[in-house]
Amino acid sequence: MRIHFKTSYEHDIRLFPDRWSFGVYAALLILAVLLPFLIGEFYLGEVTNVLIWAIAGLGLMLLTGQTGQASLGHAAFLAVGCYANTILIEQGVPFIIAFPLAGVITGLVGVVIAIPVLRLHGIYLAIATIALSILADDIIVLLEPWTGGVSGKFPEVINIFGFEIERWTMPTRFYYLVLVVTVVCTLFYRNLLRSPLGRAFAAVRDSEVSATAMGVHIARTKGTAFGLSCMITGWAGALMGYYAGTFNNETFSLVISITLLMMIVIGGLGSIHGAFFGAVVVAFLPQALSIGKDLFIGGSVAIPGLETGVFGLILILFILFEPMGIYGRWMKIRIWFELFPFARKDMFKRQKSYLKTERLR
Amino acid sequence: MSLLEIRNATLKFGGVVAVNDLSFSVEEGEVYAIVGPNGAGKSTVFNLISRFYEPFAGSFQFDGGNLLDCKADEVADLGIARTFQNIELFDHATVLQNLLVGRHRHRKSNLVEELFFAPRVRREEHAHREAVEEVIDFLDLQPYRDKMIAGLPYGVRKVVELGRALASGPRLLLLDEPASGLSVEETQDMRWWIDDIRKQMGITVLMVEHDMGLVSSVSDRVLALADGAKLAEGTPAEVQSNPAVIEAYLGAGAA
Ligand SMILES: Nc1ncnc2c1ncn2[C@@H]1O[C@H](COP(=O)(O)OP(=O)(O)OP(=O)(O)O)[C@@H](O)[C@H]1O
Ligand SMILES: [Mg+2]
Repeated sequence: MRIHFKTSYEHDIRLFPDRWSFGVYAALLILAVLLPFLIGEFYLGEVTNVLIWAIAGLGLMLLTGQTGQASLGHAAFLAVGCYANTILIEQGVPFIIAFPLAGVITGLVGVVIAIPVLRLHGIYLAIATIALSILADDIIVLLEPWTGGVSGKFPEVINIFGFEIERWTMPTRFYYLVLVVTVVCTLFYRNLLRSPLGRAFAAVRDSEVSATAMGVHIARTKGTAFGLSCMITGWAGALMGYYAGTFNNETFSLVISITLLMMIVIGGLGSIHGAFFGAVVVAFLPQALSIGKDLFIGGSVAIPGLETGVFGLILILFILFEPMGIYGRWMKIRIWFELFPFARKDMFKRQKSYLKTERLR
Repeated sequence: MSLLEIRNATLKFGGVVAVNDLSFSVEEGEVYAIVGPNGAGKSTVFNLISRFYEPFAGSFQFDGGNLLDCKADEVADLGIARTFQNIELFDHATVLQNLLVGRHRHRKSNLVEELFFAPRVRREEHAHREAVEEVIDFLDLQPYRDKMIAGLPYGVRKVVELGRALASGPRLLLLDEPASGLSVEETQDMRWWIDDIRKQMGITVLMVEHDMGLVSSVSDRVLALADGAKLAEGTPAEVQSNPAVIEAYLGAGAA
């Protein structure tokens, strides 16, 4: 078992709590950097896909896992990021400026939308955000002169000071670009978690009354969370555009919004790890299913809705048996091994908190 | 001049008059207790001071300023911190993080600095943690520092909530039934803490409490409420022997 001795405040403030976890993440980063030399182009493409989903997951996680506001409209913000980036570049803005700006624009759009939408709670918020997803489709068609409407758009080859990046012909370069964005977004998220704003997000999630009494402005904090969430989502959207090679009004549909939300629930709400675990599931589930189908049923049989069905089933099982998601399960297994053989059977049961209701009047 | 001065406050919920033309004032440095039967309007007075409810009538002065000019989230900035009767902690965060939220009103860094964890953010985090560690030492919360609230026993949660209010560095501390649901030993601790909060930290305390033992041992003055109106005010002994107060309690018991 690792025992933490806290010798200074830095312990809690540092990026990595101890040397061990620093080592783990450093090793992971080195592995990620060396990956193109270890696996083939096809699999590198798949990993790239996982990372893009993970970025989108981080975006939604910040809003839903951290601040407690569900959104079924985040595909709309993937679209905003994707179109903003493409249009800016078409206007002659260099990628190195257009890409970050696309995220910022998405964030600002998010803030404007958040002001009315975040007055709603729970199921009403979910319904309003569904409307966003559906509206986005129509708006893209309406704005045809800019968006290309139904026929869609093709993003140009990325050019950073003459250095070209293209997803199909240069998958390694594209992978590194995505990796950099992933690392930056993860760092942003981590920095927020150890700053006052990140704690304010959690405060709003858990108790709006006492957050208010501590001086947290609820609407402003939710708006900020929405904006930051949309900014990260916008970057993921721009990368998705490059990854897909072409996109139109139907690319960023309600299904994508739902997938995103399911992804972070399955991965584990409220943690950075959860976004990555969820992304792995989302990106590899279709492949795993088609392999499984080939094995058991035969490749020629088409089963409509299989993917969605299995995905929904997994989600339900998680909500029933492991509400903390894959990350929660992972933590439990880790603690069990660290304590071995002293783990107790009911260790992870929550303690009853009685007296939550007021005394009878 | 009183630290907190409330004049002719009235609040109704539909037909229920929760607070009825109530006036009282709390002096700097004292412990002022509000007692009264269930439903007397004690928590409602706190919620008025916290600006969760808008009074129908009345004036609320804090440190010479008009409290009614503040929104609910600006009250903390004045140096008013509170606990809740039902415990309102951030359940999916650790004790340390809960206490750190108490420091929120001292936040100076902005969004961009925090995204990049700029040197100023780190410097301030150190200051916040120093303040919070003092509270942790004061309330003996060391064993729970990194524990999630969701797994903590009731008594500890009460202490954490007190800690979160203290971490904000308040001038006026509002405690809504600090000892309800606590064991005899825990109540005893609470009593020492309230004493120290006033004497060592110089924080003014306004509390609602049913435990008359605790009330008479820590408070300088007591206000007895019934049906939202003042029944009696004075030293604990005076209020306890007041016929109207005895009547209200016995009456409530008999009803
Ligand atoms: N939000 C509300 N809406 C409607 N009525 C309310 C509300 N809050 C309080 N009341 C009513 O106002 C009256 C005073 O309630 P309050 O909670 O202030 O009592 P209290 O003195 O704190 O009682 P207790 O000792 O049970 O905590 C009660 O009759 C209660 O039913
Ligand atoms: Mg009450």
